[in-house]
This record gives sequence, structure tokens and C-alpha cells, in this order.
Amino acid sequence: MAGQEQQQPQSRDTEVEEDIPAPPAAPEAQASAATQGVDDLLDEIDGVLESNAEEFVRAFVQKGGQ
Amino acid sequence: MRVMGSETEYGIHAPSAPGANATMMSARVIQAYAQVTRQRAAGGAETRWDYTDEEPLHDARGWTLERSEAEPEQLTDRPPALDAEAVALAYGRAELDHDGEDESGSLLMNMVLGNGARLYVDHAHPEYSSPEVTNPRDAVTWDAAGDLVALAAVRRLAADPELPPINLYKNNTDNKSVSYGSHENYLMPRSVPFGEIARGLTPFFVTRQIMCGAGRVGLGQDSSRPGYQISQRADFFETEVGLETTIRRPIINTRDEPHATADKYRRLHVIIGDANLSQGANFLKFGSTAMVLSLIEAGLAPRIEVHDPVAALQAVSHDTSLTATLRLLDGRRVTALDLQWMYFEAAAKLAQDTGVADAVDGDGHTHAVLERWSATLTELDSDRAAAASTVEWLAKLSLLEGYRQRDGLEWSDARLGLVDLQWADIRPEKGLYHRLLARDRMQRIVDDEAIARAVTEPPSDTRAFFRGRCVSRFGSDLVGASWDSVIFDLPGRGKLQRVPTREPLRGTEALTGGLFARHREAAPFLAELLGLPPGS
Repeated sequence: MAGQEQQQPQSRDTEVEEDIPAPPAAPEAQASAATQGVDDLLDEIDGVLESNAEEFVRAFVQKGGQ
Repeated sequence: MRVMGSETEYGIHAPSAPGANATMMSARVIQAYAQVTRQRAAGGAETRWDYTDEEPLHDARGWTLERSEAEPEQLTDRPPALDAEAVALAYGRAELDHDGEDESGSLLMNMVLGNGARLYVDHAHPEYSSPEVTNPRDAVTWDAAGDLVALAAVRRLAADPELPPINLYKNNTDNKSVSYGSHENYLMPRSVPFGEIARGLTPFFVTRQIMCGAGRVGLGQDSSRPGYQISQRADFFETEVGLETTIRRPIINTRDEPHATADKYRRLHVIIGDANLSQGANFLKFGSTAMVLSLIEAGLAPRIEVHDPVAALQAVSHDTSLTATLRLLDGRRVTALDLQWMYFEAAAKLAQDTGVADAVDGDGHTHAVLERWSATLTELDSDRAAAASTVEWLAKLSLLEGYRQRDGLEWSDARLGLVDLQWADIRPEKGLYHRLLARDRMQRIVDDEAIARAVTEPPSDTRAFFRGRCVSRFGSDLVGASWDSVIFDLPGRGKLQRVPTREPLRGTEALTGGLFARHREAAPFLAELLGLPPGS
């Protein structure tokens, strides 16, 4: 019966793309990529941190709370 | 899983107006959000708070504190008047002006929002109290929606050339000996003896910070000793059990204000948690605590007593290596991780026995809590880098360690203090948590669209649906609302009509959605709701 026929999964693309895993990076390369990520992050955060850290932190004074 | 909700007091700071009065600034934040919602909802989406059922002096241990013996800050059952006394309480320079006045001439200090939340001035901070939800995922969603509410107010104020910009921080201390709270609320049956709750929760509260602490630069209430610790709040707790929330803070708070049918329910008011930006940490905070309450209700909480819980709480917070041991009254010595594993094992067994964690027939949430709970404890033990995408104190610590290594900074360096503070800035472009989130270094539990919807939409499965919809739909016909009431003032009627909502699991979309669909006007809506003859 038609209802029991196996349905082929519909794909928008006719060509099948295979996931080819990238070759694993050498451990040193991974480590330096991680360091690069942290450096990038710190560079970005340097750009958004309030200027004059000492004064900003000192002026942040809160009144009582629960 | 259980009815629950969050309260967040935001740190408030106007860098260009040092010394500005904190209560006044907080009122401006509320006022700014009122202006935002007026733009959004014709008729005004703000509604006054109804104080009738506030009982801040009722103690869960069975007595009521005399008003004369209470601290002024405990008297939260009266509308705060922004008078000389309130301004004096906030110790700052008074800047009373008329910008923030509503039609009746008084400053708006309180709003009920269309999502069912409350936004108000609490002491010297703006506070968002989330609507009641039934599971930790929704708790994360509507808590994060509060940050968007606060952000909308900050943006509005920043666009006003007449007023100084105000920053809001989702943290819990100024590192100068002041702390402000992030509270959780859990609905429990009244029949569970309070002593059992305190006994069952104390070891859990001493140690759950290793999963959901937000991290803090500085040791001691005034941060006078350099270093880093797990919790924002731990150093501010001074006693084991008590009624106060602003002084002598207790690990177990006994405030007994159920905001519901009092002989059936108690609302457990938890004041020991850190405010969480990390969704994973927030999810685990609500989820694991709700499961421990189920253990206590079933009489199955681990039989553990920690020696000197207040000292243990601080010892755990100060030990980022997670190797310190706590002494139990039975003589054993265990780590905070050991203790959390004991609670996890007991909770997992109960969930299995009752079937709530079943992938098909379960409640749809307990399974996820258990998975995350065990994964987090495992990672804290063996893979801290993986844990840092959800465990907030670790995420903050890894950022701080990056600075320490790159720039050779000591813990006493002001830049590390600034990283700690700015971590919690709620503006996505300035807040460091948000910068990490944008880089997918922090895990999302709920997507941004769901959080944005929760700014205006109430949860569907609690009485918050009724409250929120009444505010959105009939805002101009309401004179007040609270957790357990909505008060209508209809034109042509001599008296106010107070609709009690004492059952947290009624007033849901399932029960009242049809009513809202049938009526666009308040009068026929109320007539059908209350069974009044039409036109009466």
C-alpha cells in the first residue's frame, strides 16, 4: 500500500553534502588558538571597560538592601 | 514542578551624578519604565500595588513580630511615601523634583506589569519580582525578562537630556559592606513542619553556591582582604534562621507571607542566593532547590548536619579549589561537592520512584534538572573549562585570570574590581557577561525571542496570567493589583471590585483565556467572572 511505502526524505538540494570533518589540529595549534581566543576577548573587553577603574569602582556606593 | 518566582534588586549608579539619592534614582527607573509601557499599551499598563495582604512580620515559626520592635525596613506592608523619612533612610542628597510625578501628584514607586511581574522601589534599589511560574525554565525566562525591563528603563533615561544616565547592575554587593538581595520564592504545603525545612535545606544552601554562585572579587563584607570567592552573598550572612532580610541575615529566612490561602500554603522565601546572569546557573538554582524541597516534603532529605553552618558557608565561598572539607555533626568530613552529590543522589532516587523524571510520562523538567545537576558536579570535579559556560563564578574567574596573566595584576588591582562590577552591567554592549554570551562562551537555556516575549506576556499556567492580562487589557479600569488580588474601578459603580486570586494555580490561560477572548470591555468581563447579572 502506498501508505506503507518508504518515504524518501525530501531534500531541498539534489546534491548530497557530506560533512567532511576537518583534520584535528595539532595540540600546539589548539593551545595557541585558545590563547588567541582569550586575547581577542580581552582586547574586546578592554574596549568596553569604563575608563578610570579606580574612580569608577570607588564611586559605586550602594545604600541598604535586603 | 512547583510554583516559584524570583526577585532581583538591581545595583544602581549614576556615574555623572555622584551622591545622587538612591531612592529618587530608583523611582526614576520605575517612572521611566512606566513611560515606556504607556507608549506600548494605550490606556497605560501600570497599576498600583495593593498592600492589603502584605504580612512582612509574620514568622514561619509561628509568631508575629511587634511593629514597634521591627526595623523600619521590615515594614514593607505600607506604601512607601517618598517623604523626608524615606529620603533620610536612603542617606543621600535629596533631589525631589516633579518630573516623576503621575497624575495624582505622587511619585510612582510601584507597578504591576503586563507580564504579571511587580516593578518597584525597594529601599534604595529598583526591584523586579517575576510573575509566578511552575518550572525552572520559566523561572530563567521571566527572570531574564526582568533584565530587559530594567534595560528599557535605562535606555529611556539615557535618551532624556534632562536627567543623568543611570546604570543598573545585576549583582549583590558594592564591595563596601552593603549587600542587596536576589530572592527566590517556592510554594510549599503548609503541613510541612518549618523545622524540617530548615534542617533539610541548610546543608544544601551552604554548598549549592559551587553551582550557582556568581563570583566576587574581594573577601569580607567590605572587601578589605584581596582575593576571589565563589559567592556574592556568603560574607553577608550572620545567622542560621531568622526573620530579618536586611540585617543579621539568616541562611534560612522565616518570613511567612504566603500571598495565597494561608492555611494551605507557605511561601518559602530564600534570601541566600546570588543574582545570576548565567542562564545555566539560574536554571540549576531553581531546579535543584525545588527538588530538594520535594525531598523534604517526602521526609527523604539526607540526614546531614553541618557544624557551624554560617562559618561553613563562608569557608565554601572562599575555597575556589573546592577541596576544603566541612565537619558534619556525626564526625564525617566532606567537601561541598560530596554534599551536593548526596543531595543529588537522594533527589534522583525520589524522582525515579515517583516517575517525575521519566522522559515520556514525567513532568518535562525534572529530567533536565537532574542531567544538568550531575553534569555540573562532574565538570566541577574534572573539567572546569567545560563548567565555565554555565557556572557563573568560574566564567567570571576565567576572565579575571586572563587579565591577571596578561597584565600581571594583583587581586587588589582596581581593574579586577571593575571587571567584577561591569560583569553585571545589564547593557549588552557594556556588560561583560553579555559580551561572553555574544561570543557563545555562555550557554543559553532559553532563546532570546522567548525572553523578549516574556517582557510583555505572562506565564500561561499560573494566576500571573490573569493578573498580567488584566493589566494589559483593562489597565485603565484597575486601581490596584497584588500577588493575590486585582482591583477594578469601573465607571458608574460606587465601589471598587476586588477580585481575589488566592490560589496560585488558578487564573491560568486554560481557566480564564476564554473569558479574555469573549470580552474586550472590563464591565462584561467582570460580570461574567463574578457571576453578576449583566448591567448590575
